[in-house]
Amino acid sequence: MPATPTENIGPVFTRDSLGPLDHDLIVNHARPGQTAMGARLIVHGRLLDQTGRGVPGALIEVWQANASGRYRHKRDGYLAPLDPDFGGCGRVITDQNGAYMFRTIMPAPYPWPNGGNDWRPAHIHFSVFGQCFAQRLVTQMYFEGDPLIARCPIVNAVPDQDAIARLIAQPDMEATVPMDARAYRFDIVLRGRRASYFENRPEGI
Amino acid sequence: MSDDLHETASQTAGPYVHIGCMPNACGITGVFAEDLGAQMLQAETPGQRIAIEGVIFDGDGAPLTDAVVEIWQADEQGRYTTRSAAFSGWGRAAADAETGRWRFETIKPGAVPCPDGTVMVPHITVWIIARGINIGLHTRMYFPEDYDMQAHDPVLARVQPTGRLHTLIAEPGPDATYNFNIYLQGPKETVFFDV
Repeated sequence: MPATPTENIGPVFTRDSLGPLDHDLIVNHARPGQTAMGARLIVHGRLLDQTGRGVPGALIEVWQANASGRYRHKRDGYLAPLDPDFGGCGRVITDQNGAYMFRTIMPAPYPWPNGGNDWRPAHIHFSVFGQCFAQRLVTQMYFEGDPLIARCPIVNAVPDQDAIARLIAQPDMEATVPMDARAYRFDIVLRGRRASYFENRPEGI
Repeated sequence: MSDDLHETASQTAGPYVHIGCMPNACGITGVFAEDLGAQMLQAETPGQRIAIEGVIFDGDGAPLTDAVVEIWQADEQGRYTTRSAAFSGWGRAAADAETGRWRFETIKPGAVPCPDGTVMVPHITVWIIARGINIGLHTRMYFPEDYDMQAHDPVLARVQPTGRLHTLIAEPGPDATYNFNIYLQGPKETVFFDV
């Protein structure tokens, strides 16, 4: 269907609705003085539209398993233990250039009852609001070099190898904090965005 | 000028989507002050109060008990009020873990004018993510009492065969509640849109 105002507009979220630790999964569910167990990471990147412009002021939500591959969810019955200092949720609003950053720990792969012996690669789920509801996106970020990526039927639901490659975050030593946290970079591209032109007015007639 | 970049591919939200999208509702408290979209109405929100609810069914007729549903709608005057404190126009709810039923308390939207001069009859965009759904599904809920106007709706006019149109019309229930069941697959399949 052609886009209508319903799809060309979307909800707007402001930093007022976010807390100061919402982007920091290392501490946002930890007991006082504690931090989440696992390899400390910075995940950052830019939210772009297809023309390469940054998308500012957009809400990104993330969720993930802990360093053992266990989710804090009553339906996850995996044997690996919960971490009392890790919840697994975070959210951030992109800055004026479309950049975002959150701190977390490296999630582990985990088994799932699909093919009998299927294991998800380490991944972080992303939910992204752009500037209109037509841009709404949910996806998953993987980590460069993980041998489970090529074996995963959820990854391979994407038929295009180049598109899969774009779901894989790259290590970013420049953004690493020495003696603290490694960094991965993951840019996200939303549909977009052009001004409407000549829609109701034939040109050259 | 061409589009240079490829859109990031969609992936399923998975069965644990609630951790990121509604942590308080799934027992992860103390991290986010509130789950976004949980409450659409303020005391001062103008308009006719309604509730919409439904169940999403899979191809075998079983309810989806792990879906997350978002709705997006205009205000009572047909305007998308992204900056209004009185009404956000956007809500998010989880399917009940036992029954699969989801519910929103909202207002009835007004008709929405389009740039080409046509007018869309009152409708609510419904967007579904869940385990097993690789890309979020867009549909629209229309209101049974607007039947006469719907013949002129520019989006409904594109739905062919017209025998599918009824899948987009909610059923009226008691107390201004509308029931909108969604069928993902099979003979009763709901119309989904590529927006």
